[in-house]
Amino acid sequence: MMHIKHEAEERHVLTVTVDNEAGILAKIAGLFTARGYNIDSLTVADITENHAVSRITIVTHGPPSQIDQIHAQLERLVPVHKVVDLTEVGPFVQRELALVKVSGTGEKRVEALRVADVFRAKTVDTTTSSFVFELTGAPDKIDSFVAIMRELGLVEVGRTGVVGMIRGAEEA
Amino acid sequence: MSEERSGANILVESLIRQGVEFVFGYPGGAVLPIYDALFGEERIRHILVRHEAGAAHAAEGYARSTGKPGVVLVTSGPGATNAVTGIADAFMDSIPLVVITGQVPTGLIGSDAFQEADTVGISRHCTKHNYLVKDPADLAGVIDEAFEIATTGRPGPVLIDIPKDVQIATAAWNDAPVQRRQRYAPRTRGATEEIEQAVAMIAAAKAPILYTGGGVINSGPRATALLRDLQTKTGAPVTSTLMGLGAFPADHGDWLGMLGMHGTYEANMAMNQADLIVCVGARFDDRVTGRLDAFAPNSKKIHIDIDRSSINKTVRVDLPIIGDCAQVMEQILDAWGSRKPQDLTAWKARVDTWREKKSLSFPANAKAIMPQLAIQRLFELTKDKDPIITTEVGQHQMWAAQHFHFFGPNKWLTSGGLGTMGYGLPAAIGAQCGNPDSLVIDIAGDASIQMNIQEMGTATQYRLPVKIFILNNEWMGMVRQWQELTYESRYSNSYSDSLPDFVRLAEAYGWKGIRIASESELDAGIQEMIDYQGPVIVDCRVHNEANCFPMIPSGAAHTEMLLYGDAVAGTMDDEAKALV
Repeated sequence: MMHIKHEAEERHVLTVTVDNEAGILAKIAGLFTARGYNIDSLTVADITENHAVSRITIVTHGPPSQIDQIHAQLERLVPVHKVVDLTEVGPFVQRELALVKVSGTGEKRVEALRVADVFRAKTVDTTTSSFVFELTGAPDKIDSFVAIMRELGLVEVGRTGVVGMIRGAEEA
Repeated sequence: MSEERSGANILVESLIRQGVEFVFGYPGGAVLPIYDALFGEERIRHILVRHEAGAAHAAEGYARSTGKPGVVLVTSGPGATNAVTGIADAFMDSIPLVVITGQVPTGLIGSDAFQEADTVGISRHCTKHNYLVKDPADLAGVIDEAFEIATTGRPGPVLIDIPKDVQIATAAWNDAPVQRRQRYAPRTRGATEEIEQAVAMIAAAKAPILYTGGGVINSGPRATALLRDLQTKTGAPVTSTLMGLGAFPADHGDWLGMLGMHGTYEANMAMNQADLIVCVGARFDDRVTGRLDAFAPNSKKIHIDIDRSSINKTVRVDLPIIGDCAQVMEQILDAWGSRKPQDLTAWKARVDTWREKKSLSFPANAKAIMPQLAIQRLFELTKDKDPIITTEVGQHQMWAAQHFHFFGPNKWLTSGGLGTMGYGLPAAIGAQCGNPDSLVIDIAGDASIQMNIQEMGTATQYRLPVKIFILNNEWMGMVRQWQELTYESRYSNSYSDSLPDFVRLAEAYGWKGIRIASESELDAGIQEMIDYQGPVIVDCRVHNEANCFPMIPSGAAHTEMLLYGDAVAGTMDDEAKALV
């Protein structure tokens, strides 16, 4: 009898600089799905004055060999200028932004505000029974914030997904 | 009781659980474990085709003629890519298929392994949904959901890609029904206020028309019956798209015939002049609307469709009702009660003046068989047998739609949306499997039939008595017609050179071959075909340069139909040429 063995998977953060043209996002996403791997988060925005070039940050997990293959396949796409596997290249910063809606009254409401202050979240909307907090940080910081808010009346969460950049003076 | 079973075994058991009778397929390296599980399996019949496109079209023919989902089994790489045309065809015409493709083992996916293709990627745009199953424990749930998605809502093809190691690896299997998350729930009922508004609009209409499509067929026989009730209650004349033929009986006094590019004069004029169009399960396709800004300019429109994305896609409608055709028509009928429609005498009198154009008439020819006549005779001589008709794509298809007449659903199987030459023969094979006692005829052209002619071997192997009736004019007739009408008769590559001798070809496959060369042989040849117990090719030599009329040229309005005998310009401006 045979069972499927799952290879050990790693989390990787990739940045991809691409020509801002129709269909490129689908092509990139297709490289992952064709291998049966999921994209954990994806952010895209154009980064040049003339809107011609976009920077995409992809968080994925999979066996290192697959990620290396995806890296190589990404570089083969004609509109792709550069691919950097931040996880491979060295220490990097990663940040994401979250909007977190909490509703409640009395002690829970006070506690929510107190925790938000500890996490240096900003209150961007409020009613007498709710808050929307804005929080930026590394993904695990947001994870812990959301976990606490779950006990204090969490209504919904929106996260942008990670953008990342290599530390130090050099361009990656 | 729970036990460990291989993925291949779980697949086969799951198909049986879904009530699958036939699997249309072709083996290969990446599906060998599944074929081994099928070996000696008597609860499922595997039909071995000769090319994977044939498997998908045969499954379509089975599905369209029985109302049950068709199942396809092909190997990875070329097996899957060959099947893509049939999958795309099913997607365009909303036909329920479940397509099982083998895939290279999980560890090799993405490595350009032998016979590897990104099947999930390739099929993304031509399936309703697709899966890559990476663990046999997921198989039972995936298959169960695949059948639900394929057959409910707007039907369509669903593909399941199964790597070879997942077919061999084991997982727990038990006889209890599959536990899975319910995440697909298409809306089937119209909202009460929409139904009330529809009833008010229909009751107020002085020139209403029912414009029906394949959705009525897909919705099942109940929809066909309800359409007849709705017509009886409202008195509205009925036209249908190519896909919807058979939903309304062609011998009914209020039947207008098919509409659109090769539709009847009365159907297109009635659409143009109606004050209310009730669209039931059709989608305002470009073959139907002609020039959009001139389409039915003075009408209100009600659009009943189960697919939200069909609404307002090309034509803006006044009242969309999202729901299942049968369900919504039933709601309308309930709300209609004992109401009386407006007096439609004047409207029907106008319709009758359009009928007098006799737009389907064609000139007699002393020398050659007119293809329209051949279809008329085929219809007259077979109609008592309630045959199932499939077609290929081109002139013969349109002539069949015009001159063969249908009285019930699931009898007319044709590739409408994708327009796939090579559809008809495998579809006839699938239909014959599902309807062993029916007379199944593929009305074909000399060019189209060659696109999947290898499937003759399949019919021979399974003793399927399908008939192929070829209107042989030695041209890709529709291409030739367009070249005549829009490219000043520059017949670029549309001549069917080097045709095989179809009679001898039939004999080579163990079929009967019949040639009909003159009108005097027509009835006897057709009768001989009907009477023969096995498969037959009829090579019916017809007038080489007959054109298919009526015709709304590209970019023209419904009121600008060309009829036989109209002077036809030999060219067209570039904007019109650029249209599909």
